[in-house]
Amino acid sequence: MSEKLYLYPLWLRLWHGLNALFFLTLLVTGISMQYSDIDFPLVRFDLAVTGHNIAGIGITLSYFMFITGNLFTSNGRQYRINIRSLFSDLLAQGRYYLFGIFSKQIPPFPVTLKSKFNPLQRVSYIGAMYVLFPIVAITGWALLFPETIARQAFGYSGTLLTALLHIVMGFFMSIFMIVHVYMCTVGKTPLSNFKSMINGYHEAH
Amino acid sequence: MKKVLNLILFLGFTFWCFAQDHVNSENRIANRHCLDCHGQRVYSFVNPDDGSTVRKLMPVDFRVDSALFYTGAHHIFKCVDCHVPEYDSFPHPNQLRFEPMYACLDCHGGDDTYAKYHFETIDEQFQKSVHSPETLNGFTCWNCHDPHSFRINQRTGESIANTIAYDNAVCMKCHFETGSEVMLLLANEKLKPMSVSHDWLPNQELHFRQVRCIECHAAMHDSLLVAHLVSPADSAVKQCKECHSRNTMLLSSWYRFQNIENRNKNGFVNGVLLNEAYVIGASRNEILNILSLILFGLTLGGILVHALFRLKMNKRKRHE
Ligand code: HEC
Ligand code: HEC
Ligand code: HEC
Ligand code: HEC
Ligand code: HEC
Ligand code: HEC
Ligand code: HEC
Ligand code: HEM
Repeated sequence: MSEKLYLYPLWLRLWHGLNALFFLTLLVTGISMQYSDIDFPLVRFDLAVTGHNIAGIGITLSYFMFITGNLFTSNGRQYRINIRSLFSDLLAQGRYYLFGIFSKQIPPFPVTLKSKFNPLQRVSYIGAMYVLFPIVAITGWALLFPETIARQAFGYSGTLLTALLHIVMGFFMSIFMIVHVYMCTVGKTPLSNFKSMINGYHEAH
Repeated sequence: MKKVLNLILFLGFTFWCFAQDHVNSENRIANRHCLDCHGQRVYSFVNPDDGSTVRKLMPVDFRVDSALFYTGAHHIFKCVDCHVPEYDSFPHPNQLRFEPMYACLDCHGGDDTYAKYHFETIDEQFQKSVHSPETLNGFTCWNCHDPHSFRINQRTGESIANTIAYDNAVCMKCHFETGSEVMLLLANEKLKPMSVSHDWLPNQELHFRQVRCIECHAAMHDSLLVAHLVSPADSAVKQCKECHSRNTMLLSSWYRFQNIENRNKNGFVNGVLLNEAYVIGASRNEILNILSLILFGLTLGGILVHALFRLKMNKRKRHE
């Protein structure tokens, strides 16, 4: 009975695999630098710096893959919001996640080829990919070339302000990722969405 | 309003200049003779044979920058307080080349006025350092403390950025990429270029701008503000964590003798560092730490509750 939709083309899966790999590396090395401690080393500091730099460059490159893919294939259309009905759509989807899901109600926005995301997914993906990510990436690259940063701003070191923005936005990205991974367990079976991201085919409920 | 302020500033500055000038005026007049030649790139003298004026270039190593001289630690001196008065005549008599020079301790040793500097301890540390005259023939305190310009910064409350720039310039006078000519006089062996000996350090330029050489190369001493025991390179700090961590050693070297409360600023643990630098791992904000822990906890909690409900409903469904 389960129908299969080809939702995740190869380039997208490739991007996503790289992205997840790089992001986890960034997360672990980032935390280990920020909370570096003589007594509790997580990753050796210089290795963490190098790892973080490499993964940062990698994730930026793979981001261009994501942008290019979405510019030149139909996948980009999945990221268009219908502003007029946005609020009520979000409410409907929110209500489903908070209540309907427990009584196996039918989701208000079933997955189709034309619209594979529900409104909450769409908004959070846009937020993560087109707002948070650029900020983290730009501040990250600035920190890679600290000479480009203003020495002083508002009485603080410019590097400090840049780093704060980088860390806070990175933190929000991590929160996004945790929620994202959890929400991906909401599928036909808890693992089916992860399989989809590997073979490209979505299994409907 | 702004004009009045500018006027006050201008008058204040003029007054300050006069006051400075008064202290130095006597010396300035006495020194003018020497600086007419040593303070210039081109000096001139009258040829006694035919009365003509001869112009020559002053060799770089014999130049004394008068602006730096009068802002240096020893600005109150006349040239001839340290140099023999016979230098008044030109050409300088030959035997003056062998004039013995004062050492710091000749004036500062055993003097209570300078007790807080611990000159004797500094001297002990220097004798044990890699630059000691025992290992490097002819190396003295003057090699780092340029007699005609050196000043102190850390004790006088100069900003950290300026102090770092000054102190590192002292080392880099000899230890820059290719090494200075002075090294020909002093060195036993050729050192590697700086970028090679520090190739393990990322963002080299930034580090050399934001951290002092002595932080990594000289061991602290309890009673000294500025470490003077420069040790062989193989015992230098190479562990990033010495600086990039909560208990960064930068705090103890920069803020020794300063009150600890100063360190807490707007929730930043190592607050004092902030105006000058952002040191990964050392600059931390308690408030942000707590906020992020709460947010993280709420997220995980929400997910946990949601997951539990899903499990429960699933079971119930299966039973039905
Ligand atoms: C007419 C220019 C002139 C005047 C005036 C002059 N000097 Fe010199 N001085 C020189 C030159 C040129 C040299 C380098 C050549 C030499 O040693 O004669 C020199 C060298 C020196 C040296 C280095 C000697 C050595 O070889 O180690 C000292 C110290 C010195 N001068 C001090 C003074 C002092 C102090 C005064 C003022 C009282 C003074 N000079 C005035 C031109 C001058
Ligand atoms: C506090 C003491 C002191 C005062 C004041 C002083 N000198 Fe010197 N000067 C020295 C010492 C010490 C040396 C030798 C430096 C060395 O051996 O590296 C020296 C060296 C020199 C040299 C030789 C070049 C060099 O740098 O080795 C010249 C030229 C010179 N002084 C000129 C002057 C002039 C001109 C003034 C006044 C404006 C002056 N000095 C004031 C201590 C002093
Ligand atoms: C000829 C004697 C003499 C020699 C040699 C001498 N000093 Fe001084 N030094 C003084 C005097 C006098 C003062 C006080 C200056 C003042 O009151 O402004 C002073 C001041 C200082 C100060 C305090 C400056 C300040 O801003 O408060 C320091 C630090 C210092 N000297 C270090 C040294 C060092 C290091 C050496 C050797 C490289 C040295 N001195 C060599 C006489 C000397
Ligand atoms: C390898 C270079 C080097 C040598 C050699 C050296 N110093 Fe220093 N010294 C410095 C630097 C750098 C400072 C920091 C100046 C500042 O405050 O920015 C300093 C500061 C000082 C101070 C001021 C410390 C304070 O408490 O404010 C004194 C006094 C001093 N040195 C004395 C000496 C004496 C005496 C010798 C020789 C026995 C000597 N130094 C040799 C580099 C050197
Ligand atoms: C006047 C020149 C001069 C200045 C200024 C100077 N050095 Fe040196 N330094 C030398 C020479 C010469 C050697 C010895 C090279 C050799 O081994 O023959 C040396 C050796 C060293 C070494 C040991 C390298 C090894 O072989 O293990 C270190 C570390 C060092 N310097 C650090 C510093 C620092 C830090 C400062 C500033 C506080 C400084 N130096 C200022 C000339 C200088
Ligand atoms: C972050 C710590 C750190 C800083 C900052 C630092 N160094 Fe070093 N430096 C080292 C270490 C560690 C070595 C030894 C490297 C090795 O053996 O692989 C070294 C090596 C050297 C050597 C020996 C070169 C050779 O050929 O053997 C010299 C000289 C030196 N440093 C001078 C300086 C000077 C001057 C500065 C300031 C501009 C400076 N260092 C800043 C840690 C540092
Ligand atoms: C002696 C102290 C010290 C040591 C040791 C040290 N650092 Fe640093 N580091 C600093 C300071 C100070 C800054 C400058 C912060 C600023 O931008 O103001 C810095 C900046 C940095 C930056 C640049 C951050 C930015 O703004 O982009 C990196 C990366 C870095 N360090 C990595 C390392 C690594 C890796 C090591 C070990 C191999 C190391 N550091 C060892 C003090 C140190
Ligand atoms: C911060 C890191 C991550 C970001 C920015 C991110 C972003 C995205 C985006 C934008 C999509 C939709 C792609 C599309 O179809 O156009 C997606 C889908 C998916 N992601 Fe991630 N992801 C991240 C990490 C992860 C991780 C670590 C996993 C699993 C271990 C994961 C599992 C999935 C799955 C299963 C899907 C398909 C389901 C869906 O389309 O919603 N993601 N991700």
